[in-house]
Amino acid sequence: MSAREEILGRVRSALVDVSVSDPVADVPIDWEYGRPTAMPEVLARFVEMCEDYKATVARCDEGSLASRVAELLGSAGVRSVVLPSGVEQPWRQAIESAGITVHGDEPPLSRAELDAIDGVVTAAAVGIAETGTIVLDHAPDQGRRALTLVPDTHLVVVRSDQVVSDVPEAVARLAGAVTDGAPLTWISGPSATSDIELSRVEGVHGPRNLLVVLVG
Amino acid sequence: MTIHAKGITVALFATCINDVMFPGTPKAVVQVLERLGCRVEFPLDQTCCGQMFTNTGYFDAAVPNVRNYVKAFTGYDYVVGPSGSCVGAVRHQHPMLAEHARDAGLGRAVDEVVARTYDLSEFLVDVLGVTDVGAYFPHRVTYHPTCHSVRVAKVGDRPYRLLQAVKGIDLVDLPAADQCCGFGGTFSVKNPDVSVAMASDKARHVMETGAEYLVTGDNACLMNIGGILHRENSGVKTIHLAEILAHTEGGDR
Amino acid sequence: MTAQAQRRTPAPPPGTYLGMPKFQKNAKEQLANEQLRKNLRHATGTIRAKRAARVEEVPEWEELRLAGEAIKNRTLRHLDTYLVQLEDSLQKAGAKVHWARDAAEANRIVVGLVQAKGVDEVVKVKSMATQEIELNEALEEAGIAAWETDLAELIVQLGHDRPSHILVPAIHRNRSEVREIFLREMKQYGTPAPEDITDDPAELAGAARRHLREKFLRAKVAISGANFAIAETGTLVVVESEGNGRMCLTLPDTLISVVGIEKVLPTFADLEVFMRLLPRSSTGERMNPYTSMWTGVTPGDGPQDVHVVLVDNGRTNALADPQGRPALRCIRCSACLNICPVYERVGGHAYGSVYPGPIGAVLNPQLRGIGHEIDQSLPYASSLCGACFEVCPVRIPIPDILVHLRKEVADHKRGKPKLEPTAMAAAGWVLADHKHFELAERVAGLAARALPNTTFLGPLPWPASAWTRARDLPMPPPESFRKWWRTNRGEEQQ
Repeated sequence: MSAREEILGRVRSALVDVSVSDPVADVPIDWEYGRPTAMPEVLARFVEMCEDYKATVARCDEGSLASRVAELLGSAGVRSVVLPSGVEQPWRQAIESAGITVHGDEPPLSRAELDAIDGVVTAAAVGIAETGTIVLDHAPDQGRRALTLVPDTHLVVVRSDQVVSDVPEAVARLAGAVTDGAPLTWISGPSATSDIELSRVEGVHGPRNLLVVLVG
Repeated sequence: MTIHAKGITVALFATCINDVMFPGTPKAVVQVLERLGCRVEFPLDQTCCGQMFTNTGYFDAAVPNVRNYVKAFTGYDYVVGPSGSCVGAVRHQHPMLAEHARDAGLGRAVDEVVARTYDLSEFLVDVLGVTDVGAYFPHRVTYHPTCHSVRVAKVGDRPYRLLQAVKGIDLVDLPAADQCCGFGGTFSVKNPDVSVAMASDKARHVMETGAEYLVTGDNACLMNIGGILHRENSGVKTIHLAEILAHTEGGDR
Repeated sequence: MTAQAQRRTPAPPPGTYLGMPKFQKNAKEQLANEQLRKNLRHATGTIRAKRAARVEEVPEWEELRLAGEAIKNRTLRHLDTYLVQLEDSLQKAGAKVHWARDAAEANRIVVGLVQAKGVDEVVKVKSMATQEIELNEALEEAGIAAWETDLAELIVQLGHDRPSHILVPAIHRNRSEVREIFLREMKQYGTPAPEDITDDPAELAGAARRHLREKFLRAKVAISGANFAIAETGTLVVVESEGNGRMCLTLPDTLISVVGIEKVLPTFADLEVFMRLLPRSSTGERMNPYTSMWTGVTPGDGPQDVHVVLVDNGRTNALADPQGRPALRCIRCSACLNICPVYERVGGHAYGSVYPGPIGAVLNPQLRGIGHEIDQSLPYASSLCGACFEVCPVRIPIPDILVHLRKEVADHKRGKPKLEPTAMAAAGWVLADHKHFELAERVAGLAARALPNTTFLGPLPWPASAWTRARDLPMPPPESFRKWWRTNRGEEQQ
């Protein structure tokens, strides 16, 4: 018998006490999915929570976005960035005119090449206010996962209509991308560890600087 | 002192450890309840809740205790015990033990009597509706909420409220009060080293409060912490909640 | 060349988990280690406070726990359905699915996959399942170096040590011990730690970053576990903090994920419950820094050769016992370890398993059976204080399962000439009937009268020494309550 058949057989004989065959009828779940969490001001909470997890947050309007992005990169000491193919053209121009070297990812950069680049600029899919989380679904304006992982500074642009109150709303918004097979990366502040005496230290393997620009 | 409870008959569930080792506690329960106007009976058939057997894995040895409890206390409207742990065991384990014995009749009898079983603090606060029982205890006291009273019997802050209402009492907070004292029934002798480490930390916290008395609603835990306090000549005395509530101004009790 | 020198990775301590003596003996040794107790008191105290603060922020916490419990119950009670669905979703998404009856089979599968790639090293994301099956040693025996990349796992690996906590495997180490390990060991396995490194956790984390970066950049194969596996979509989820997980899940060409069969969740939507329960319960954060979710192969992004190994290794034993089954709801948050007064004092090594603490005390005897001394002793490694249930995000009734397993152990020992069953039988006779009980009371009273001036007993010989070595024991008074009642009140009552 194959391992598969044997394990499924063990599971079935372990569950002889379960007489209702429909899982949903057998165990009701008293939970309303996708509910928003009540909070006075979703965007303000998002900013507060991102900052609480040691991300740098800037707010701006659509008109000043490109220049704000370039300015933040400059003040973070970033001299080279990689831009995913779907990133808006005006950002690219603003970054280049600030004297920052821009790399594309087509053809894909090697790991070593990525490791030599200071930063990455991307859009986002969803922002979660209650937890200060940014979720990437790696659409063309966010790029493949390695881009937002290897460089030490990640500047992410979140639009105000992408920000939801809490995790349930976020999961509901992301369901489509997952069904389409997209990977998701949930980011809450820069990389961190609490592995030594449980005292939190920011900055291990992922980007040590997380810059968030909230637009609108 | 207002008579709150004239005509209520209470069956006292003394618990085996109190009966043999700490008879002052059930006596104090009798005093408090009678002072509040209850009639107290002590059904002589009672022995033990069986928790020691259940928690050591000897369910078969515990079943006779369940039958005994049912026999002793069926027919009473109120069964009151001065122990969150024993009352908790009756509530939480007796139905399971009846099931273990595959005795549906016992299960029904257990459900009946369990619904009428109270820890002393629950009976006073919920049934009689009193927190001020007219007690007087002019001493510095710290209270340890025992694990089973809080997490199994779920007495909540009732003992604390009863203590707060005691005249003359100087009630001081116990640091890390929610941590177990390390008694745990047979745990105390099956894992004596861990048990003593836990009890020592608890005793140290008690001593830090500068209290004259450590009070709980469970004498087993008091015996454990008191064992350390006595060995270390700390001078801190242990006392059951019922015995503080029994103290009155003017009288020795 | 000695066998030791031929190893690719630091050797773990000698011996096996199952060969460990019973909990009581291990605990006694660990208790004697003052530094360990200090480290644990500090660490568990810190994380308890963090968790409490984060849970306090969520008014519907109890509803969330109930939902988590219900979702897991639904999954476990129909596990065959969800496993088949998971397999189908994974295959449709381009992943290859393997099934492993036990640890040996899982290790064989993983070693074979790595060998087929022609590589002699892998990078690893922290994974309880791979620790449980002792995959690293299986790889080592096949000449493959497995590099742990989680900071705490790295400390454990470089320290020739065993994990002592589910979330923070090096919780028993303090910063100066970590510094010594890094200074001594890193240089033997790659980028050394700077000679002038201090014990500042930020500097130590920096050394780990530099040490591991070259390994991440060259790795061809990564091995992970998964916190959740979504049946509906075939999505696997890894919840982490440092970014080592993202490195492993993203950079190599081949990804092998070893997943216990109980990790499945029915739908993607169910994550809204668990992504709120897990971070707050485990690290005491609103959200952990990084979570990766991937669904098979994503063309042009990340590993293009994706494998999932579904492991039983005793889980169906636990599933078959309706009273033990709730233990399989565990999401490995470790809140029960952090709150447990026993764990706080003895640490994880006393439990003889990668699953220590209260959850380990209920899981190990179910996964491994109760044939070994260590597994027979684990259900008793608790004062049954109940704090673990209060903090469990999926409401596992750990104290009830412990009591249930004690019964299994007592049944297993029945009929064997041991002190305990005999003592329990004697006490059972005494307490079964009030007449027997009164007889015993009279004996106690006689003892008291024989020692009229004694109120407390000091140190006594065995077996009473278990109590009296450090604790005095009050003497029973000459008159029991029952006797007092009969004398003073007996007539009033009929």
